[in-house]
Amino acid sequence: MAELTYLEAISDGLRTEMRRDDSVFCLGEDIGAFGGAFKVTDGFAEEFGADRVLDTPLAESAILGAATGAAIEGMRPVCEMQFADFIACGFDQLVNVAAKLHYRQGVAVPLVVRLPSGGGFSGGPFHSQNPEAWFLQSPGLKVVTPATAEDAKGLLASAIRDPNPVCFLEHKGLYRHVRGEVPDGEHTVPIGQARVAREGSEMTVIAYGSSVHLALEAAEQLGEEVEVVDLRSLCPLDRDAILASVRKTGKVLIAHEATRTCGAGAEVAALIGEEAFEDLDAPIRRLSAPDVPIPFSPPLEQAVLPQLDDIKEACRELLAY
Amino acid sequence: MARPAGDPAVATSCLVEAIPKPDENRRRIEMLSDPSALRGSTVSVDRALLTHDDRARLFRYMLMMRVAEERGLALYKQGKVPGSFYDGRGQEAISVGAAFALGPRDRLCILHRDLGAHFVRGVTPDRYLANYMGRAGAVTGGKDGNVHFGDRQLGCVGMVSMLPDMAQVANGMALAFKMRREPRVAMTFFGEGSTANGQWHEAMNFAGIHRLPIVFILENNQFAYSTPNELEFAVDPVQRAAGYGFPGVNDDGNDVEAIFEAAHDAVEHARDGAGPTLIECQTMRMHGHGAHDDMGYVPDGMLEEWERRDPIDRYAARLVAELGFAEEEVEEIREQVRSFVADCAEKALASPMPDPTAATAGVFAEEWEPLGDGEAPWSRWEE
Repeated sequence: MAELTYLEAISDGLRTEMRRDDSVFCLGEDIGAFGGAFKVTDGFAEEFGADRVLDTPLAESAILGAATGAAIEGMRPVCEMQFADFIACGFDQLVNVAAKLHYRQGVAVPLVVRLPSGGGFSGGPFHSQNPEAWFLQSPGLKVVTPATAEDAKGLLASAIRDPNPVCFLEHKGLYRHVRGEVPDGEHTVPIGQARVAREGSEMTVIAYGSSVHLALEAAEQLGEEVEVVDLRSLCPLDRDAILASVRKTGKVLIAHEATRTCGAGAEVAALIGEEAFEDLDAPIRRLSAPDVPIPFSPPLEQAVLPQLDDIKEACRELLAY
Repeated sequence: MARPAGDPAVATSCLVEAIPKPDENRRRIEMLSDPSALRGSTVSVDRALLTHDDRARLFRYMLMMRVAEERGLALYKQGKVPGSFYDGRGQEAISVGAAFALGPRDRLCILHRDLGAHFVRGVTPDRYLANYMGRAGAVTGGKDGNVHFGDRQLGCVGMVSMLPDMAQVANGMALAFKMRREPRVAMTFFGEGSTANGQWHEAMNFAGIHRLPIVFILENNQFAYSTPNELEFAVDPVQRAAGYGFPGVNDDGNDVEAIFEAAHDAVEHARDGAGPTLIECQTMRMHGHGAHDDMGYVPDGMLEEWERRDPIDRYAARLVAELGFAEEEVEEIREQVRSFVADCAEKALASPMPDPTAATAGVFAEEWEPLGDGEAPWSRWEE
């Protein structure tokens, strides 16, 4: 075990898989000699050569399309979007080609798209988005959203080994602020399994990505019996883990940084409403960004993104219900 | 004419001027009818690449495409085909001639007017017709329709409707071959309409940068649905190849041997590590975009002009006049193909509709499996 930042854990996971399997290669903008905009692939070109750490032109469709073709032919491409927002420029290849090929033609497309997502740094409307819900409406894509360093490494390895296209959402706010013990060498975390990040009996906060840390902090500060469920994967969704926690506590707050309407939280709320209505002791609450683009100026951005006080307040209200 | 920027009135007038008048279309057809403007059988030297049997095969595949599509259209008119019907009438030489140059381990992304390439690789007409009818025996088992298929067991990846997405996917297959130093080639097709989309630029640029082992077959069938060349591009897209750093070849899309030769050269060029080639094939879409399209936008006389250059009739005549075929031999092939397609149609009609429970199966793969190899009927590949 070594203590790594979330960003170091992603690098470690990617490096470990590239050493394990020659068919794994990376492609993206500025990932070679420069090491990537966030330095996830720093030093990779030296170790693996320029062919396996492929600097691409500024062309997201070309990245996704080339990855799809290479994956069909037995390679294991890991695409880096410089920011998750730019997947919009390659969206057609992802949702119309890669996502549907197995259903339509029985052709497996084992590729990973790394998506540095999330706000909090005045990145503005085009460098701060949390686009996970875009993918959830596209059958054929798996979607993972690690919150911890250990999961970042383990879920990336599982995504690379999965025979399907996997969207790997790595929250930029966690890159250098979250650190933790990470197993050395090969390490996988199964896709589709949530984890209970904190045990509690009075209420449950269901969260993923950066919101897991907000929820844990809120629970700690409130000093109450708040359970925190870290979804880890949004597709497949761990329905059993969600329902088990709801049945245990009877009160649920769903928290995410992405915008509200048809966000992942809406699906979780609908699941609970359909399957665990009679176990609820209070209305389901959702905490999310409102349905607006992420603004640039710090006070505007803070007004939009869920803050620690917001989640504490929502928990207090539910506990008092 | 220079196009001043920023003046909407001027821009509109330029656009209006760009719409072809019937006499301008006439001039263009005459230009295309001039064999010296194109590579073609009348100007190329026979390099003895093709045996007598190869030529019989080329003729058979083109005819099989024609007859199978005619049968498919009849099934559509009989109400047995859900959706619409799309064919490549008049373009048979392109997909047959190009795919014929490939080896078994090469890979293809085949488009919707290229049925002949599927037949060259080994798909039989029953599976094609079953695909149109949404039957269980279809290549996609009813998951996708019409010609949106590729038989993975024959080294093909099925197209999507968004164009030219598959050019990028074919690039990726070529990239894998190059990374693994395998002497293999990817080939893909697209219409001239696709060259207006930004993904076309991304695909050509990426292929050029990495000198990928890939062959791009551009079928200029004169219309993107109803939009004529004049409103699709200011410069013939084959000329853009130079800007991406690889050769562009203009070819007679209605001459199967000319297409085969150009494809052969491009495939060998790619296999030798010399990079991509763009081959533009001048042809005409003799039917509407789909069976629902009455083609009212086609100028008078244009279809008749191209009918005289029908790739199948033209090749049949040449087989007899120049290539040592007896009339009876050609007629025998015609009979064989008609009979084979008729049998295949019966087989397709006998295939059941899929079980509805299949609708929710197969979204995710359990494991990756390699594509199979396709048939490679060119005599060069016979061992």
